[in-house]
Amino acid sequence: MDFSLYDKVFENRIRLQIMSVLMANDDYDFSSLKELLDVTDGNLAANLKTLEKEEYITIEKSFIDRKPNTRYRRTAKGEKAFENHLTALENLIKQQYK
Amino acid sequence: MNQKDLIKEIGHIRSMMERSSKFLSISGLSGVLIGFYALIGAALAYIKVYGFKSGFDYRDHYVTEPGVIVYLVCLAVVVLLVSLLTGLMMARRKAKKIGQQIWNPTSRSLLFAMIVPLVTGGLLALLFVAKGFFGLVASTLLIFYGLSLNAASIYTFKEVRWLGILEIALGLLALLFPGYGLWFWVAGFGLLHIIYGFIVHKKYE
Repeated sequence: MDFSLYDKVFENRIRLQIMSVLMANDDYDFSSLKELLDVTDGNLAANLKTLEKEEYITIEKSFIDRKPNTRYRRTAKGEKAFENHLTALENLIKQQYK
Repeated sequence: MNQKDLIKEIGHIRSMMERSSKFLSISGLSGVLIGFYALIGAALAYIKVYGFKSGFDYRDHYVTEPGVIVYLVCLAVVVLLVSLLTGLMMARRKAKKIGQQIWNPTSRSLLFAMIVPLVTGGLLALLFVAKGFFGLVASTLLIFYGLSLNAASIYTFKEVRWLGILEIALGLLALLFPGYGLWFWVAGFGLLHIIYGFIVHKKYE
C-alpha cells in the first residue's frame, strides 16, 4: 500500500477546509472564507500563507470600491496534491476494511 | 489515524465543498406557501374573468377589456412580490439556523444565474401584452421561469432542476391549449411549488 501520497500540509484541518473550498469553487475571497470556516483573521491568514508557500494556491489582490479584496485560487500543483491526499485517505480506509 | 478520524476528515471536506458551492438556505416551507399564494391569486383572477357561476359549457370570456388586464397584471405583480418577500424572509431564518450567510458568493452566483432568463421572460411577456398577444403570456412566463430555475439549480438543491424542467414542459403544453393559461399557472406556480416544497422540507429540514 502506498502512503507516500498522504500530504502533511493537509493534516491541519483549516488548510484541508480551505483547499476543499478552492476545489469546489474557481476562486473565493478572504472575508467569505472567514465566515464559512468560522476562524479568526490571524489563523486564516497564517494557513493561507502556508498554502501559498507550498504553491498550492495563488493570491490576487485588488480593490473593490476602495476596499481591499483578496481572492484565492488553487494551482495545478495544489489540485494534484489534494487529489493525492484524497487517494491516501481512501487507501487508509481500504486497508482498515481488509 | 483511526477510522473515526478518517470519516470525520472526509466529512469536513464534503461539508466545506457543499457549503461553499451550494446555497442550502432556501426554505422548503416557503415553497409550499408560495404555491398557496399562487392558488389564491389564480382564484381571484378566475372570479374576475369568469364570475362566480361559470359552467364549462362554452368559453366566450375575453381578457381584452382594459380594466381586466390592469387588474390581472396588478394581481400577478402582488403575488410575485409577496412570494419573493416570503422566500427571502424564510431563507434568512433558515440561514441563521444552519449557520450560512444569506449574502455570500454562492447566493450571488445563484441570483446572477436566475436573473438573465427571468428578466428576459418578464420583458418578453410585457411586450406580448403591449402588442396584444395575450395568449402567449402564460406559457412565456412558465418557460422562462423554468429556464431560470434550471440555471440556478447548480448552486442549490438538485430538486430545483426538476422543478425547472417541469415548469418548461408546462409552459410548452400551455401553448398547445390556448385559453387554459390560468390552469397551467395553477399547476406550475401553485401545485408544483407545493409539491417541491414538501419534498425539500421532508428531505432536508
